[in-house]
Amino acid sequence: MTHTHDLPGEAALSTGLGSAWGGSNRREFLMLAAKGAAALGVAGSMSGCVIAAAGTKKLDFRDDFGILNFAYALECLESRFYTKVCEAPPRDLRPGELQVLQDIRDHEIAHRRFLKRSLQILRVEVPMSVWPGIDFTSRSSVLNTAKAFEDLGVAGYNGAGTRIRLAEFLTIAGKIVSVEARHAAAIRDMLNPNSRDFAGDDVIDEMGMDRALEPGEVLAQVQKYFAEPYRAVGL
Amino acid sequence: MHITDTFEPKRLLAADPDITARLAARQAEIAAGASVSTRTRAGLMMGGAVLATAALASDAFAQGLPSMVVDILNFALTLEHLEAEFYVTGVGTSGLIPSDMRAPFDQIRKHEVAHVAFLRGVLGSAAIAKPTFDFTGGSGSGNGPFADVFRNGQTFAAVAQAFEDTGVRAYKGQAANLMGHNDVLRAALRIHSVEARHASQVRRMRGQKGWITLSNSGGLPEAAQATYKGESNTFQFILGQADSNTQAMTEAFDETLTKSQVLAIVAPFIAGGR
Repeated sequence: MTHTHDLPGEAALSTGLGSAWGGSNRREFLMLAAKGAAALGVAGSMSGCVIAAAGTKKLDFRDDFGILNFAYALECLESRFYTKVCEAPPRDLRPGELQVLQDIRDHEIAHRRFLKRSLQILRVEVPMSVWPGIDFTSRSSVLNTAKAFEDLGVAGYNGAGTRIRLAEFLTIAGKIVSVEARHAAAIRDMLNPNSRDFAGDDVIDEMGMDRALEPGEVLAQVQKYFAEPYRAVGL
Repeated sequence: MHITDTFEPKRLLAADPDITARLAARQAEIAAGASVSTRTRAGLMMGGAVLATAALASDAFAQGLPSMVVDILNFALTLEHLEAEFYVTGVGTSGLIPSDMRAPFDQIRKHEVAHVAFLRGVLGSAAIAKPTFDFTGGSGSGNGPFADVFRNGQTFAAVAQAFEDTGVRAYKGQAANLMGHNDVLRAALRIHSVEARHASQVRRMRGQKGWITLSNSGGLPEAAQATYKGESNTFQFILGQADSNTQAMTEAFDETLTKSQVLAIVAPFIAGGR
C-alpha cells in the first residue's frame, strides 16, 4: 500500500465537501478528515486494498468520524426497521398509528442519507440487519422494539455529545437527537396513551434528565441486530 | 481545536491538596445523614462525582466557570423558571386541564421543577432571581394574546407547546457554546431531549404531529410564529437538501435559536425582574 496520492481528507473535500469551507474550519476539517481516514483505513481504497477485513467493522471513537459512523449505524438500523414495518404493517395497528410510523421512517431515512453524504469515503459500511425476537406481525412487538430503539438513540446521542470535537457536528447531533426524543415520546404514548410514560420515570431521573449512554454500551445493545460485529476502539 | 476548561476537578484538587481530606470527611457526614445544600444535592444527584466534588467545595463550581457558561446556565434557568411556574400554576388550577391531559402535564411539571432546582444548585449564588411572569403574553398587562391561559385548557396547552418547542431550540442553540465543559454540556443535552419529549407529547395531545413540519406553527396563533421561524431549513451542516422529501427533511432536523431570538420570544411572558 502506498500513500503517494492526495490525503483521503483532501479527496473528500475535492468531491464537494469542502466548497463551503474556509479558514480554520476547513483546516480543522481537513485535519480531522485525514486523521479519520487513516484511522478507518480507507486509504487502502486507493491502492486496491480491502477497506475492512470481513467480519470486522471498526469504529474509532478517537475522532468525530468514528462518532458519525456510529450514528450512521444507528440510523441505518432504525431506517431499515421502520421500512420493514411499513412494508407489511401489523394488522392490529390502531387508526393513525401507521402514519406515525411512516413519518418516523422518513425521518430516519433523512438522517441516514445526511450522514452518508457527510461521511463520503470515510463511511464504514453497515452490516446486514437481522431481527432476532421481533414479530413484525404484532403491534406490541413492533412498538416495543421502536420504543427501545428510540430511547437508545436518544441516550446514545446524549452520551456521545461530549466526545464531539467540531462544533458543527455537535449542533447537527443536537438537531437529530431532539427528533429522536420526539419519536420516543410518540411511540411511548401509543403504547400507554395519556400517561406519564412519554417521559417516564424509567428513562428520566429525579433531576428531570434523560439517559446518556457511552457508545460502547449502545453498541453492545444493538450488536445483535447486525450480521457482523462492530469493533469499537478509542473508548 | 482545544477549549480550555477552567473547571477541571483535577486542577481543583491540585490547587488545594487539603480539599480531598475535607471532602472525604464531608461525604462521610452526608452519608451519615447530615443536611446538604441544594447545590450539593444537585451535584450528587447528577450522578457525577465531579459535580458533587465541586459543589462540596463551597462555591467552587459557579466561581470556576467562565462567565459565558454562567450566562448560559442563567439563560436556561430563566426558561426553566418560566416553564416551572407555568405548569405548577396550571396543574394547581382546578378544572383547567382536561382529565386525559392531567398525568402528562403533571409529569412535565415535575421535570421543569427539577430543572430549576438543578440549575439553581449548580449556579449557587450566581443564580438569577426568578422573574415575575405574565403567562397571557401581555408583558405584564395580564391581557395578552393568551388572556384565558389559566381558564381554558386548550389555551394552556397551546402556550405549553410554544414553551416546549422554544425550549428545545434554545438548549440546542447553546450546546456548541458549552463545548469543553463536559459536565455542563452533558447535563444540558440530557435536559434538551426531555424538553423534546415534552414538546412531542403536548403537540400530540393538541392533535398535532409530534414533530415540526416546515415552519408550520402546529395550530398556534400568529403570536407564536417566531417559535417556528427557520424550522423549514433544509440546508444541514455544509450539505444542501439531502432528501427529495422536503417535508420529512424539515421534520427530521430540529433547528436552533440564538439566545437573543429566544429572549425576544419569551419577552411578552416576562412582566419584570429579569
